Amino acid sequence: MTQMNTEEPGVSAAVELRAVRKTFGEVSAVDGVDLEIGDGEFFAMLGPSGSGKTTVLRMIAGFETPTSGSIRLGGREVTKLPPFERDVNTVFQDYALFPHMNVLANVEYGLKVKKVPKAERRERALEALASVRLEGFETRRPGQLSGGQRQRVALARALVNRPKVLLLDEPLGALDLKLREEMQVELKAIQREVGITFLFVTHDQEEALTMADRVAVFNAGRIEQVGTPADVYEQPATAFVAGFVGTSNLIEGEAAQSILGRPGVYSVRPEKLRVDTDLDAELPEDEHSATGTVAEVVYAGAATRFVVDLDAGGRLVALQQNLQSSSMDVLKLREARVRLAWRREHEFAIAGPT
Amino acid sequence: MSITATPGGPVRRLAGLLHRRPYLRLATLLSAPLLWLVVAYLGSLAALFAAAFWTTDDFTGEVVKQFNLDNFQELWSQTVYRTITVRSVGVAAAVTVIDAAVAFPMAFYMAKIASPRAQRWLVIAVLTPLWASYLVKAYAWRIMFSGSGVLSWILDPFGIHGPGYGLPATITTLAYLWLPYMILPIYAGLERLPNSLLDAAGDLGARTFRTFRTVIWPVAVPAVIAGSIFTFSLSLGDYITVKIVGGKSQLIGNVVYDNIGAADNLPFAAAVATIPVVIMVIYLVAVRRTGALDNL
Repeated sequence: MTQMNTEEPGVSAAVELRAVRKTFGEVSAVDGVDLEIGDGEFFAMLGPSGSGKTTVLRMIAGFETPTSGSIRLGGREVTKLPPFERDVNTVFQDYALFPHMNVLANVEYGLKVKKVPKAERRERALEALASVRLEGFETRRPGQLSGGQRQRVALARALVNRPKVLLLDEPLGALDLKLREEMQVELKAIQREVGITFLFVTHDQEEALTMADRVAVFNAGRIEQVGTPADVYEQPATAFVAGFVGTSNLIEGEAAQSILGRPGVYSVRPEKLRVDTDLDAELPEDEHSATGTVAEVVYAGAATRFVVDLDAGGRLVALQQNLQSSSMDVLKLREARVRLAWRREHEFAIAGPT
Repeated sequence: MSITATPGGPVRRLAGLLHRRPYLRLATLLSAPLLWLVVAYLGSLAALFAAAFWTTDDFTGEVVKQFNLDNFQELWSQTVYRTITVRSVGVAAAVTVIDAAVAFPMAFYMAKIASPRAQRWLVIAVLTPLWASYLVKAYAWRIMFSGSGVLSWILDPFGIHGPGYGLPATITTLAYLWLPYMILPIYAGLERLPNSLLDAAGDLGARTFRTFRTVIWPVAVPAVIAGSIFTFSLSLGDYITVKIVGGKSQLIGNVVYDNIGAADNLPFAAAVATIPVVIMVIYLVAVRRTGALDNL
């Protein structure tokens, strides 16, 4: 699947951004983004709303032109090209299906524009609809479909053109939880099948971690960290990443000094913490611990969340699987004295607050 | 929960009654406007239609309330009425086409390009001419078209004579008068068109013109038709503008007017007045059959 660069020697990335900036009037939406996305990669741009991730996507699609910097697709310079001259296709957040055309006409649209002969067009469109499991829906109008079906049509309409890169803007944002989880699995399967580079934007950290091979975490128009889901989750590079991807759980200042014996800012994920009710139980060599008072107990079916105010200062959240305990038992722990323990390898130093 | 009426008071009992009886609620809401609609609106139309089958006594000028088809026979046999009908439809169609051609780009700019602030001002600017009197605007165009008017002043240096009074002046003036009725529905229609549809067309490879032809126009057609119903019917019934800038030209409205006034033949006027009604009904049925109104 590797694309050879025709302009420069060596293998080129599917998408390559260099020092891309975008300002709208006085407002700086994207403030110097460098990014390289490999061929066939499932890549997520994760961040809160207003962090610039959607603007980056729109610049790659060609709907916006960068104020400065350059964008290359498969080694080809496209920074100033209009959308219809780029080998990418987009699945829009609101799906943007043409309401006056039926499903088949929607899917065929891109091929028709490219003057693909009618028979081939029909064949490829039906194939694309089959790949998103929408056989038999050809003559329906978008208005007659459910949200999940519309989403699949949008996907088929983009994939049928066999783009180098597929861009997805909050693809699952409008679906309800159950359907979203189904589509996460399905999107991933479709991506593996077609082997196209998928680049998707989301504000949902779980979605990014579940689907992506690599994640770029955006904040205030910049990228805070790029890495595999395990990288950004278990070794967040900044306090922002620690907080945005999961619960932040920071140990800092005096607390760090007294609990860990060294200054700085550290992060431990909630599920790595063990809640001991016996404060004097023996502690394994390789563990750190901190005592505190349970401020809140939240029973959530499969797990229970403990919010603990540490004696040394600060507050940590611990997530415990409900292996044996019933809800009544865990709720009794409110205001109880507990000890939180974790293995040293699970605490990570973080660069100072951004 | 602020109920001012005392428990069991008349206001409260009435509210309770209305709450329990949805039909009574609906009747209270709609009886007055429905009465108005039936009596004033449909009643007058029915009276007009009935009167079209009466005649006047040639000697006394009294209306003879006896059913016959004389009026329609005369309308059909006299070629002059056919000519006037064709001319009126032609004028109305020309006005509609000109308005659609002018209004579409303006509405597109208002809905899709202008900033939200500019958008508000543009809507006000489009509505403002409606506050001025119809007559004032028609006479303004009379001055424009007059021999010493603005049009001559512009065209004369190029050796071109202005059109003067006549059908072109009538069409121009009517197109001006009814333009807001075309802009506003198209603007509303295009505003509902999501920007992402335009992005999607470009994303799938369509250039500007193709996007217009395959996405913008089909979605906007119902709005254009809504506007055309206004401009077409308003033009079809007009008789004042043509009197002011139309020179000697006559439209259907003039025939109706002359039969009410000078000729004092109310039944014949009623018969003539059914022509635009029938034409509009045909137009609406044709529009419905194209399916253009399905997406409204």
